[in-house]
Order: sequence, then structure tokens, then C-alpha cells
Amino acid sequence: MVKILHKKRLNRKTTLYELDLPEIAARAEPGQFVILRVDADGERIPLTIADFDRNKGTITVVAQEAGATTRLLSRKEAGEELAGVSGPLGKPVDIDRINKVLCIGGGVGIACIYPVARAYNDAGSEVISIIGARTKELLIFENRMRKVSKELLITTDDGSYGEKGFVTDCLKRLLRRIKIDLVFTVGPAIMMQGIAEITRPLSIETWAGLNPLMVDGTGMCGACRISVDGKMKFACVDGPHFNAHLVDFEELIARQKMYQKEEKQRIEMMSKND
Amino acid sequence: MSSRITHRQEIPKQPPQERIHNFKEVALGYDEERAVAEAKRCLQCPNKPCVRGCPVGIDIPAFIKEIAERDFAAAAEILREKNSLPAVCGRVCPQEEQCEKSCTLAHKSQPIAIGCLERFVADWELNKSPSHQVTRSPVKTRNPLPATRSPLSVAVIGSGPAGLTVAGELAKLGYSVVIFEALHLPGGVLTYGIPEFRLPKEIVKEEIRYLQSLSVEIKTDYVIGKIETIDGLFKRGFKAVYVAIGAGLPKFMGIDGENLIGVYSANEFLTRVNLMKAYLFPRVATPIKIGRRVGVIGGGNVALDSARTAIRLGAEEVYILYRRSAEEMPARAEEFENAREEGIKFRFLTQPIRIIGDRKRNVRAIECIRMKLGEPDTSGRRRPIPIVGSNFVIELNTVIVAIGTGANSLLPGSAPDLEVNEKGYIKVDAEGRTSKKGVFAGGDIVGGSATVIAAMGMAKRAALAIDRYIRSLRSAGAVRSETSGAVRSETSDKESGKKNFI
Repeated sequence: MVKILHKKRLNRKTTLYELDLPEIAARAEPGQFVILRVDADGERIPLTIADFDRNKGTITVVAQEAGATTRLLSRKEAGEELAGVSGPLGKPVDIDRINKVLCIGGGVGIACIYPVARAYNDAGSEVISIIGARTKELLIFENRMRKVSKELLITTDDGSYGEKGFVTDCLKRLLRRIKIDLVFTVGPAIMMQGIAEITRPLSIETWAGLNPLMVDGTGMCGACRISVDGKMKFACVDGPHFNAHLVDFEELIARQKMYQKEEKQRIEMMSKND
Repeated sequence: MSSRITHRQEIPKQPPQERIHNFKEVALGYDEERAVAEAKRCLQCPNKPCVRGCPVGIDIPAFIKEIAERDFAAAAEILREKNSLPAVCGRVCPQEEQCEKSCTLAHKSQPIAIGCLERFVADWELNKSPSHQVTRSPVKTRNPLPATRSPLSVAVIGSGPAGLTVAGELAKLGYSVVIFEALHLPGGVLTYGIPEFRLPKEIVKEEIRYLQSLSVEIKTDYVIGKIETIDGLFKRGFKAVYVAIGAGLPKFMGIDGENLIGVYSANEFLTRVNLMKAYLFPRVATPIKIGRRVGVIGGGNVALDSARTAIRLGAEEVYILYRRSAEEMPARAEEFENAREEGIKFRFLTQPIRIIGDRKRNVRAIECIRMKLGEPDTSGRRRPIPIVGSNFVIELNTVIVAIGTGANSLLPGSAPDLEVNEKGYIKVDAEGRTSKKGVFAGGDIVGGSATVIAAMGMAKRAALAIDRYIRSLRSAGAVRSETSGAVRSETSDKESGKKNFI
């Protein structure tokens, strides 16, 4: 069992949890994730480690209510326990000092890009960040991102905050005025695909943190398989970060939707039981 | 001799038409009368050929004699001496290739049903033995690792057949054992792989509870190689490490369409159903997609388990697509028969070459080519050769790839001084020693996919080698400050040379 030490609702859809996991906190590196189960018979879901505190022995995860399990999770309160968490999983991001790094986070992906941006900043790189959400209320981690970025650009689809439009629009404008050495992005697959299409012709190295479905998270099942440069890769052990120019995003997007019908069915069942 | 005792006692089964609608165990097991009648058939051969056929060396005639005399507790004790998982082995061991093959009666009529008798005794013990009423500590999860309880402690990585066996053997020798399991439930392939209808999970849980009664501690949700390294385990005070992580990396065929929606590795398919209980969806949270027409690629036990699981999930037509013929199938004959009874359709000499999807990337069909058998290959089986131009298409909605597994590099990759072979399997000597001091390994991670009992046999040998290793440390003075009673003195057996123990 894993204790929730702290819970904070970031907006109506998104919740932050600080979990009592000293051993995972001791080992966690930027870009890694955990597999979490809310209750004993629960699904195993991957969540990026958004933050970790080795002294306090805690890790932070941020979950957006999307399916049945994240809804169940959102009902757990501080002081309560989760059935289990395993990790830290996946390969950490190899952090070198890079001249100018651009970190782009979309939606709940901002929480995933944050530890990467922070690590690049700590390594002495110049970090520029773009964060975007559908609307102002859904924008998370603004202050955290501001602290680790030399320049922070914000977009909302509806223009309720920052620039109106997508992070991709903002990226195009930014690239006209600044030379970027490396782009790192986490967010909806379609957003990462859009970013890859913009940076590809400019030959800017671009890495994307992918978020396919997973079960075990240790390379045992292959549920998270994706195509990178035409080769089959398991995101859980080979990634989750890959050269965005080589990722088959169409395939990733289709595979993410595999259980949409079942998710609906389960949510309906939960709503009936409420 | 009357014919009643010369004929092998049949094991009652759920009728096929009934069992394809449930996940309950297919074989129902002997009752006392059948067990005793079967036991009485045993000739009690003085040279015990059956024992030589058993990878863990159970004294088979002795336990059968106790059954014939209705002393089931004594029979159970004999089994437990050599086998810490008898209820599992009685169900999933390929006895027809091992003990029963060497049975004297096999040459004359039918061999003794040793597997059924083993299962009978183990189940009798699980149900009746008062020792199993003892309350035991539950599986512990996520407690920070204690500074090890005894200075003579061993870490076991993986809780499948090899890990459980080595843990049981070492615990009996007085060692303090901690098993680290990556998943949230212990049992390895017994839990995530072998289906409920062949090996009820309650049986696996009971066997694990028995180990816990021997003070084996199991820590779940612990991915060694990530949360801790092997060197880290030594720093925490473990004197030896046993690596029993299995060969869990699913193989794919490398053909077009393997990432389509509706294609599963057998590992994923079975894990969703067995470990995550997706057959109870939506009552449990993990879903599984099962099409009307399902094709399973492969001819081993895992392929049959997948096919039989698919039919129980409601598939209308389930095909096994196997590139060789029935004769070369690695699956157990008994399971082949069970599968046929359940209406699984076998397409032999059939090699898939492409999975075809629709516009939404769902599986629609599979294109195959017919094969013929040529000369025997390195496995001794006749090599399948494609017949040019024989391509044909089978319409399918779900494809399950069950062509085997490989070594997962997650743990070996975190210990560069642990030597692996070109396929990624850990190199060991006959006793399970690896290239790294104090580290032993066994089960599928050293030899590739094999049987439960083969893994257990390796683990038993390694347990003795670990015992000798730790004793040698102590005699060399490398281990200090432990109490002399930590290891029971009767464990100083012949193999340890009875030296320098205290």
C-alpha cells in the first residue's frame, strides 16, 4: 500500500498527488514513470514522475481524469492509500548541457516535461519553454515551469490566457527569431506529431515522450509497442522518449484509442453505481 | 490381477460444452477411491525408473505406496521433501515426457498416473491439513526494505517457479529469504501466464502461503534493475542473489500488421486475463478485446492456453496456425486433446506472412502460406518449407502471437558484470553460478523457455550451491557477527563438507 501524503486539485480535470515512496524517490530520474494501481483489482496505469524529493522520500504524479481508473484515482484523498506503485520505470532522459533547449508541454504533459526542463536548467542549458492548454483553467505548472525556464511562452486554444492558438503556432513563430538546438516535448500525440513536422525540415533534433497504453511496464507484454524508424519498440523499456522524427504517430494515436468503447462502458457502470 | 486395477484411472473432467463457458478448472482430480485404486496399480519397482525421470527426484514409489495405504499425510510429506510446489506440478508437469514415460507399466499397458496422484495428495494437503489453517503473514508490499533480518539472507529476484523453489529450499536450510517480484502479485508465469482453467490461482496462492509459513518474505511491485541494483542488494546486506526473472520478452514475427488493433502477444493476452482478470470486465477495470474469429500463431502450450482462453471469452471460431504438423507441436498431448474437444480448429503447415487491417487499423484477416516438411533441423524436428504460390487468407478479428519469448535485458542490463550469451540469457555453470560473485541464476533466464519443473530442478541445485557459497564466506571470515544458530546444524550435509561451520 502507498500513502497519499498530499493531494491538490489543479483544476476540475487534473489532480496532483504526492506519494510516500522513499525508495522510488531515491532512484527516480527525469523522464521516468511509475505504474500505479488504485485498488487491489485495479488497472495498472502509467504516470510520469512529475517531481521527486529524495530528502522527503516522495514522488509527485499528476493525473488528468480521462478514463475510469483516473476517475477512481481522483476520488482518493490525502491520508488514504493506493494499492500499489512500481517504478521508477523507463529510461531516464540523458541530460547534457545543451546551448538552447526548447521544452514544449501540452495539457497534462506539462507535468511530464517539467522534470526534464528543470534538469536541463540545472545542467546549465538555456531552457525556453512553451506550455499550452485548451483553456486558461486547464493550464497547470505555470509557476514551476517559469522557475526553470529563461523564457516561458503560454498558449490557450481559446485565447483565454497567453497567446491564442496551439503550441505549434507559437513554435513556428519562435523558430523564426531563435536558433534552437534541441526540442523536447510531451503532450497529446497529435501535438507531438505536429511539432515533429515543424522541426523535421529544419533538422532540429526533437524528442517526444510517448504515452501508449501499458500493462506491466517492464517489457513483458508488448502492449506499448510502437514503430520507430519502421522498427518495433516497446515504449516502457526502450523509451518512453524517442526521436520524434522517426515515430509513427498515426499508429500510436490509433492504438491509444483501442479501448475507447470499453472505457465508456466502465465509466457508465461507475456512474450507475454512484 | 483383475482388469479393474490394470487400467489407468481416468481423471474426471468438466464436459467440453460446459467448460468453454467458464474459467473453472477442466480436470477435476481424483477422489480418494480413484486415487487409492490407481496407487494400487503401482508395481513398486525396486530400481525406481520413474524417479530417474523426475527433474527434482521425488521418491515416487514411496509416496504412491502411502496413498495405497491411505496415509495421505505421509504421502504429502514425501512429496514436500523434494517438491515445494506439488499442487502446481501435479497439474502442469509434462509427466508423459518424464516420470510416466519411464514407468515400467508404460511398456506393458498404461503408466501409473503419477501426475494425477501428485495432484491428489497436494490438494488433499491443501484442503485437509491443519497446518494450512495456520495464519500467516500476508504478502507484504512496499514496506521499506528492512536491514536484513538475519545476517544470512538471500535475495531472490522473481517469484516464478525457480524463484519460489530456491526460496523454499533456502528457507528450509535456515536462511532468511526475501523475494522481489516486479508485478503486484507473486507467482510469475504461474500467476500471469497459465490460465485459471489449467491452474487455479487459489492453488498458486496456497503454495505461496506455504512458503511464507517458512518465513520467506515476498515484496511485490519491486522491479530490481530499476528501484535497486544487484550491487545495491549486496550493500543492503544480502549475502547472495538468485536471479530467476524468467524469459518474459514476447517475440513477434516481424511481419506486416503486427501493430494493428486486435493483435496481442500471448503474454499480453494472458496477462490481461489471468493477472488482471479481464474476463470479469467491466466488473474489474482491465479490458480485453476479443473478436468473433481469433487466430493464435504457434504450437506450444502457451498457444493452446491462449486459444482456449479466447473461446472462453466468447470467440466463435478459434484457429491455431502452426507452421509444422501435429507431430512436431511442442504442446502437451493432453492439452492438445482438451483443445480439440473444446472446438479449437487446427491449421497445420500454415505460416502467417501478413496481417491485414481495415482503414481504422483493426485486424481484418491474415495471409498465410502453406508449408511442407523437409529434413530435420537442429531441433530434430522436420523443417517447414514454404510452398511457393500457396498463399491463402483467413478472415480474423483477433490475432494472438504465441511464438515464444526471449530474455528481457532490464535486469542484466543494470549489472554489466553479469555475463549473458548472444541471446541475452545469463551464463551459468551446472550449479547456477553466474560470472558475478555471489550471484546465481536459474529458470528460463538461463536456458530460454522450458517447463516449470525444469526451472525447479535448476533452482534446487542452485540452492545447494548458494548454501555452500555462503558457508565458504563464513569460513573465510568474510561474514562476521552472526549468531551461530542462524543456520540449523543439520544442514551441514555431505555436500558442504561439514567444515568450519561455527
